[in-house]
Amino acid sequence: MKLLKLVPADTNIKFLKLRVPFFIVSLLLIAASWGLVVSQGLNYGVDFAGGQEVRLSFVEREEAPIANLREVVGALGYGAPVVQEFGAPNQVSIRVALPEEVEATPGAATAIGNEVIGAIAAEYPDARTDGNDTVSGKVAGEFRTAAALALLAAMVAVAIYIWVRFEWQFGVGALFSLFHDVSLTLGLFALFQFEFSLQIIAAILSIIGYSLNDTIVVFDRIRENLKKFRKMPLPELLDLSINETLARTVMTSLTLLVALLPLLFFGPESLFGLVAAITFGLFVGTYSSVYLASPILIWLGVTSDSFVPRETAADRQEKIARGGTL
Amino acid sequence: MLDFPLWKKLWLWGLTLAASAMALPSLIGSTGLAWPDALPSPQVNLGLDLAGGSHLLLEADAGEVAAQRLENMEEAVRAAMRNAEPRIRIGDVSTADGALSFMLDDSGDIDRARGELEPLIAGQGLTREWDLAVVDGQRMVLTPTGGGTAQAIDDAMESATEVVRRRIDELGTREPTIIRQGDTRIVVQVPGLDDPEALKELLGKTAQLEFKLVDENALPTNVAAGIAPPGSQIFPYAADSELAGTSLAVERLGGIRGDNLTGAQAGIDPRTNEDVVNIQFDNQGGQKFAKLSTENVGKNFAIILDGEIISAPVFNEPILGGAAQISGSFTAESANALAIQLRSGALPVPLTVVEERTVGPDLGADSIRKGLIAMLIGSIAVITLMIATYGRFGIFATIALAFNVLILLGIMALLNATLTLPGIAGFVLTVGAAVDANVLINERIREERKRGRRVVAAVENGYKEASRAIYDANFTNFIAGALLFFFGSGPIKGFAVVLVIGLATTVFTALVLTRMWAAGWLRSARPADITI
Repeated sequence: MKLLKLVPADTNIKFLKLRVPFFIVSLLLIAASWGLVVSQGLNYGVDFAGGQEVRLSFVEREEAPIANLREVVGALGYGAPVVQEFGAPNQVSIRVALPEEVEATPGAATAIGNEVIGAIAAEYPDARTDGNDTVSGKVAGEFRTAAALALLAAMVAVAIYIWVRFEWQFGVGALFSLFHDVSLTLGLFALFQFEFSLQIIAAILSIIGYSLNDTIVVFDRIRENLKKFRKMPLPELLDLSINETLARTVMTSLTLLVALLPLLFFGPESLFGLVAAITFGLFVGTYSSVYLASPILIWLGVTSDSFVPRETAADRQEKIARGGTL
Repeated sequence: MLDFPLWKKLWLWGLTLAASAMALPSLIGSTGLAWPDALPSPQVNLGLDLAGGSHLLLEADAGEVAAQRLENMEEAVRAAMRNAEPRIRIGDVSTADGALSFMLDDSGDIDRARGELEPLIAGQGLTREWDLAVVDGQRMVLTPTGGGTAQAIDDAMESATEVVRRRIDELGTREPTIIRQGDTRIVVQVPGLDDPEALKELLGKTAQLEFKLVDENALPTNVAAGIAPPGSQIFPYAADSELAGTSLAVERLGGIRGDNLTGAQAGIDPRTNEDVVNIQFDNQGGQKFAKLSTENVGKNFAIILDGEIISAPVFNEPILGGAAQISGSFTAESANALAIQLRSGALPVPLTVVEERTVGPDLGADSIRKGLIAMLIGSIAVITLMIATYGRFGIFATIALAFNVLILLGIMALLNATLTLPGIAGFVLTVGAAVDANVLINERIREERKRGRRVVAAVENGYKEASRAIYDANFTNFIAGALLFFFGSGPIKGFAVVLVIGLATTVFTALVLTRMWAAGWLRSARPADITI
């Protein structure tokens, strides 16, 4: 039986030849992402923005009457509502801000939600309520802090572990490539103004997971080769390591892709944002392991001494005593 | 690396099959078939985002607990001074700024007053509950200590959680989750609830029942203007009462709280045909009520629920049996709701809903169906790719992957964990990590063969060299997952649970199970060459 080989056996692609231009492009992309996040802002969902969010499906329609919904809900007097498609074209989520005095009154928030649903049902009898969420401003603020803290803590802890298992340069490389992946994902969400909810935090966590996997596999091979080829120049050694793991990188990424694509196209609408973010992260994460994490090792001056203890005078004497040669 | 004695094989298989079997009740349950009742049935719970239902986050007002504590202390202090022998006269009692202070009429009483107060402020535990200071030789100031207040809030939350649980149980909903969260919050999750409004209605009321004497000396004009006579308080009539819009002045102290009830039922008064609520006091409450009614025959008393007057009947005669009837403008439903609230006890502190989520059951079912179809297609694609690329070793990897998912589900069922939408992302990541582990191993075996190692040595080395990267990658992710579990809020936790368990099962299935199968095959077939 002839087995499939996606990558020819002996590749020798000079990945790191272009490390400087790629690195500059990456830095620019990171800067652009944060620029977008600051200037455009993230389109926070009800989790992070607080307020009242109603999700509806228009069962007998192909497409939700979004423009008209804005008018109907806007006429209720809670300010301009945020109406957006949610998954399928006939599903929408509608968010209104809660008036300040409502925050303190139990029940009043849901009453507003029900008022919104009632106003829409009067005009569109085929509207089906899929969900009705209230998040007070205080809780939303806590969600933002908790999410940011969890992300930061996870990234720092991971970097420390890699530092312990490898060397500090590897920790910096991994941390930087994670920072790159998270930044670009945030940038994507700011650019397209996709709704940014707690679910997307789960997606970013998955991206960190994948990217980390990739980075560690490459790092592991670098560590192995550093011990094996102590005289090889570092850029060459990194290229060798990346080439040796290339078959695995391609195979793993492809397998994940064929698992994710059906979820993206046939999966539940509510998972779309999550899966789309993970799919995007798959590419970004693979790229960052090769073009960001590895070159940083060159600039930070990793040597094989990190893993092979330097020969001391005592070692040398022992070797001679055993009749070895220097 | 490839040596598997029989005992090792046996317990590895035993472990694998036992853990996988735990997943069966959940899997069979999701297809709609019945799982025999006689067998143990650990279940993976579906989160509300998948199953539909309501999620409420309730927050208690800590200030209210402190205010109530201050009021109780005032009553206790007054009683202690009154009952002292001889009586200690005090005046100018104030509860401003969160502290209780009063003047002694005679500064010579100071040591006796201190003695009377000592048992009140010491507290039951090791922490002192109140600090006592004497200002200007005659004014005594009682300030609650931080520890005392914290303890009071903790106690209040503990019993509030219990009350919430009892009220929800009365609704008869299946498997509600009620958990205390942080210092002042309670999470309530009720799957598949049709009417979240009824739930909120039930939890929104503190159901603090009080019986207080009507202050008959108060001028009606003052009461209407909201000016209470000294020692009295003004309460409005409830909105659904016939006298809604008007108010009454009642004496602030000396009433009875409805804490001592043993029962409450909705009923109908046979004489008037009105809906009423019948209540029964316990021994202590019955005695207090008997005393109050005996001393005040012919006077009006107000029945106050959550700061609103339900009715203000007259004590026609002493009520000695420990049973009473509350009448007002009840309907059958409102009488029943009040009976439930009284039965389950008053909330020691009002709760506000700070977060609420409702997911329609249709959406949940739809999500699961589509999710399963997508996973099926994805799995077939992954399996095809793995077998086409690695042949026999791809088959090992595929079976390991299947066991991985089963064991993960099984452990989640055993821990009674909840599967949420973010949890599905965790599943995807787990499958990704498992595929990657197998790819790493198989690519390494290819590499070792290419370098000219013999079959057994190549497989052995492949596992040995690949496992280092697999351990590192999975352990790093494990650290991240554990941190997320501790720092993250609800949805992030749901993700972290799956991730952490999944990484462990991945290492086990990819590194141990496939190695055992590969070793078994190499031993029995003794191939001179392998296609990989």
